[in-house]
Amino acid sequence: MLDGRSLVKRTAGLRLWLSVAWLSLLVIGAVFAPLVAPQDPLMQDLFTARLPPFWMHGAEPGYWLGTDSLGRDVLSRILYGGRVALIVALLAGSATAIIGATLGLIAGFYRGWVDMVISRLVDIWMAFPPVLFSILLIAVLGTGLGSVILAIIVIDWTRFARVVRAEAMAQGAMDYVASAQVAGRGRFSTVLTEILPNVLPTITVLLTLEMGIAVIVEAILSFVNLSISTDDPTWGGMIAEGRVSIHQAWWVLVFPLIALFLTVLSFSQLGEGLKDRFDPVLQ
Amino acid sequence: MSFLKIRNLSVVLRGTRHRLLRDVSLDVAATEVMGLVGESGAGKSMIGKAVLGILPRSAQVVSGTIEMDGVDLLSMDPRRRRALIGRQAALIPQDPLTALNPSRRIRPQITDRLVDILGWDRARANTRAEEILHEVHIAAPERVLGSYPHELSGGMRQRILIASAFAAEPRLIVADEPTTALDVTVQKQILKLIHEMQAQHGTALLFVTHDLGVVAKICQRLTVLYGGLVVEEADVRAFFRAPVHAYSRALLAATPRHSDPDADLTPVPEAVIAAVQDQVLAADRSWTHA
Repeated sequence: MLDGRSLVKRTAGLRLWLSVAWLSLLVIGAVFAPLVAPQDPLMQDLFTARLPPFWMHGAEPGYWLGTDSLGRDVLSRILYGGRVALIVALLAGSATAIIGATLGLIAGFYRGWVDMVISRLVDIWMAFPPVLFSILLIAVLGTGLGSVILAIIVIDWTRFARVVRAEAMAQGAMDYVASAQVAGRGRFSTVLTEILPNVLPTITVLLTLEMGIAVIVEAILSFVNLSISTDDPTWGGMIAEGRVSIHQAWWVLVFPLIALFLTVLSFSQLGEGLKDRFDPVLQ
Repeated sequence: MSFLKIRNLSVVLRGTRHRLLRDVSLDVAATEVMGLVGESGAGKSMIGKAVLGILPRSAQVVSGTIEMDGVDLLSMDPRRRRALIGRQAALIPQDPLTALNPSRRIRPQITDRLVDILGWDRARANTRAEEILHEVHIAAPERVLGSYPHELSGGMRQRILIASAFAAEPRLIVADEPTTALDVTVQKQILKLIHEMQAQHGTALLFVTHDLGVVAKICQRLTVLYGGLVVEEADVRAFFRAPVHAYSRALLAATPRHSDPDADLTPVPEAVIAAVQDQVLAADRSWTHA
């Protein structure tokens, strides 16, 4: 029989597997884009402009999700755009996590003046409006993938620092940390063996959320044309172009939006699912 | 010759002149069981933490000495102090639920100290871990060593913590209210176990508790604290026959007895509290520390 607990567990598992499935699909599509993309994502052809997706009247084979106003294949552009999204998610997400979590651990465990400095820095940092801040940064750094990643790291490390600091403080007050210190553990080694493993589930959840956020930020920046060059397909860029022709060709706007939505949702569900599955305290 | 010798130890709330421990002096002989008794906030745990070098950040030692085996801990360089304490002393913590790291298996939590401090190799430390778990009557040590804390019961975890404290054969163990977090039936077994292990290993024990009944069972001497001040220090037999200080007498009268479980319990009278508080204030007046 299904009691409430196993039902919860089962839906949690389903959530995890659905998000893994979508992300794997995306990764495979992005990595093997040159092989699986039906068309060249940059090839313009005004004879095939604004073709509708495959189930509608007037669709052409080979253009499954239709084409935009310049005749470029939407599906192929989504696959190539996925590359940019995933690279940003991976690099910006993990770098943000490493930098933010390290500072948070230091502040939360060592306390004292180090904590003072880091915490005040976080407070000041978080007072800046993030979108404005990122646009300003890109304006200074110049456009390009590297700048986008750097901007995300510079803005979002505070998210990790703050949460990890609080968590490290809570863990640091536990008796097992005291026991480890009585047993001659140095402070640095205590952080690595006693604190970090217990903060790791939280870092994992934050990391997946951050990857979702990174995808959105990249989309925002490419929407306002501050990401990589306009020729290369990005989801944000496609959304911006699709917006203009929404009355003639809604699919140019809707499909990249769906890809963006599913990806961000999958990242956040992946984190929650992993936490449910691997956090020893929750089991 | 006492193994642990505390002299005039004063601890303040960091950044203030408010004292949490007031010129505490205390001796624990090798193989002796010393009870530290007092109400909540009397500073009994604070003494144990000061000895083990795990005072919270908010507390600061301002004067006094803590000598372990003739070496003054407070004047030592922190790294050497940590190594010395790790070799000579151990802690049995209060709450078995938070005293084991939830994300590590039991095995390294016992063997780490043996490897780090005593320099044993893993195989030898493993054998020792199994042996010591046997000693605390854990039937399947191999299985327990491979478990995570959440897979074990509270009583089992407290046994593990006791085993872990004795594993490296320390000469002093601080037991910080080791039975408070357990339910009554388990409490008795755990107390018996600590007593048994202490007797077998001949370890000096600093037993922090608010329960005079527990003191009567396992301690040879006791120190009564009030407001961070040592009110009375006595041999346990003598104490239960005739406590000297008025506060100790009142504390004893407030403790239920096996011999007469229906007797009325007298709360500590306000006059006695007022008197002992005066004593605390007098101690602060004569305290000259800048």
